Amino acid sequence: MTKNSVDIVVIGGSAGSIPVICELIEALPAPFDFAVVIVIHRSKNVISEMEQILAVKRKEIIVKEPDDKEPIQKNCVYLAPQNYHLLIEEIHSFCLDYSELVSYSRPSIDVTFESIAKIYTEKAVAILLSGANSDGARGMAEMIAKGGIGIVQEPSTAEYPVMPQQALDNNPEAIAWTPAQISAYIHTLNV
Amino acid sequence: MDSQIQLTTEELNEIIQLIYTQHGYDFSDYARSSLLRRVARCMAIADFKTSYELKYHLINDKSFFAWFLETITVNVTEMFRDPIFYKELREKVIPTLASYPIIKVWHAGCATGEEVYSMAILLQEAGLLNRTRMYATDLNPVNLERARQGIIPLKQIREYTTNYIKSGGTNDFSAYYTAQYDNAIIHKEYREEVVFARHNLAVDQVFNEFQLVCCRNVMIYFNQELQNRAVHLFHDSLSPLGYLAIGIKESLLFTDIKEQFEVISPLARIYRRKK
Repeated sequence: MTKNSVDIVVIGGSAGSIPVICELIEALPAPFDFAVVIVIHRSKNVISEMEQILAVKRKEIIVKEPDDKEPIQKNCVYLAPQNYHLLIEEIHSFCLDYSELVSYSRPSIDVTFESIAKIYTEKAVAILLSGANSDGARGMAEMIAKGGIGIVQEPSTAEYPVMPQQALDNNPEAIAWTPAQISAYIHTLNV
Repeated sequence: MDSQIQLTTEELNEIIQLIYTQHGYDFSDYARSSLLRRVARCMAIADFKTSYELKYHLINDKSFFAWFLETITVNVTEMFRDPIFYKELREKVIPTLASYPIIKVWHAGCATGEEVYSMAILLQEAGLLNRTRMYATDLNPVNLERARQGIIPLKQIREYTTNYIKSGGTNDFSAYYTAQYDNAIIHKEYREEVVFARHNLAVDQVFNEFQLVCCRNVMIYFNQELQNRAVHLFHDSLSPLGYLAIGIKESLLFTDIKEQFEVISPLARIYRRKK
């Protein structure tokens, strides 16, 4: 694996992924020289406390849901808002999309992975965690095809192994790591 | 399925140009990331493998364009979508609207009308519907026809009822529609209160003065320049102290006219035009 300088890390997950996401956020370097985008399947039309759930011990890290057209900045963690697909514009700003569900989901991990692949190409890292459907596998292929790095949670360590297993089956180039290994990788990224 | 087709930026630009010259619709200031997905989705449904095929049909097949227009524009909507928005509307906006003898409301980009009827129900519950003129516009004539009919698939009613209750509604939601076979039809008294008309935010102008403009999850498909145009248009369409409601993940912060509005509900993204 070559060590590109990375501009963006995008983490996808569904059932069983939240504890791992918290662990990964904790492992971020301080400050971190890239943006982090999190896409998880969530219910809609409820007041979500996800931003609080993902609030970690490190108080300087704020997880925020981006507004439409918000510029993407380094040293920030963004959480895809519920009930929208999260896309990226060429000028490196977020663009929300309220079109049909993809893989029964909105936000869909595939949609964000594909959009990031197009704009960030080899400057992007995709991480796919525990989950109970196959969302993310196709988008990860797109990211790898554009020169980005694909990392998948080792299915035996995932509470719901379907999602990481699908991604591995679909992407022989993807790396299977335990949460601790992914944390260690993130901790030294661009450092 | 939409990801199977790879379109380059150049191909997309050619398609946008072609649509403009052949059919007069200007998509050049739409957000490229979402438009690309829509066009690719159309191509997948039509089973076109290349942008050449799409261009061929856009030029030579008259009936194709109506379908294409309907399919690339996003028409996904819900009744009482984001219940918190309607709750804030009930509590913070509707009481002040009550002070106007005639209330004019504009729904810009109304899609198939679900949010228009949600608003009509709120106004009715506040006793204001009979002195409200509602205008609902969309660029897509097919949407307007559907909206006018006020027909909702019955299978969605359960979700809409939940949304309605969460929005602070206390009536029996079934009082607002008649169920027939697989559909619910919104009662005539609500449908009759709405004027449906074509209006394209990318090119058309101010056409009336309003106390409330509602344009939710429409401008997310625009780039920043077109968003600016639309918000200027809304500003000029509002009476002083009139309200502007946008989607709960949209913001005026990135527009060039944000100083002309004050925030009424940060959560529900309701703004008010300054004097």
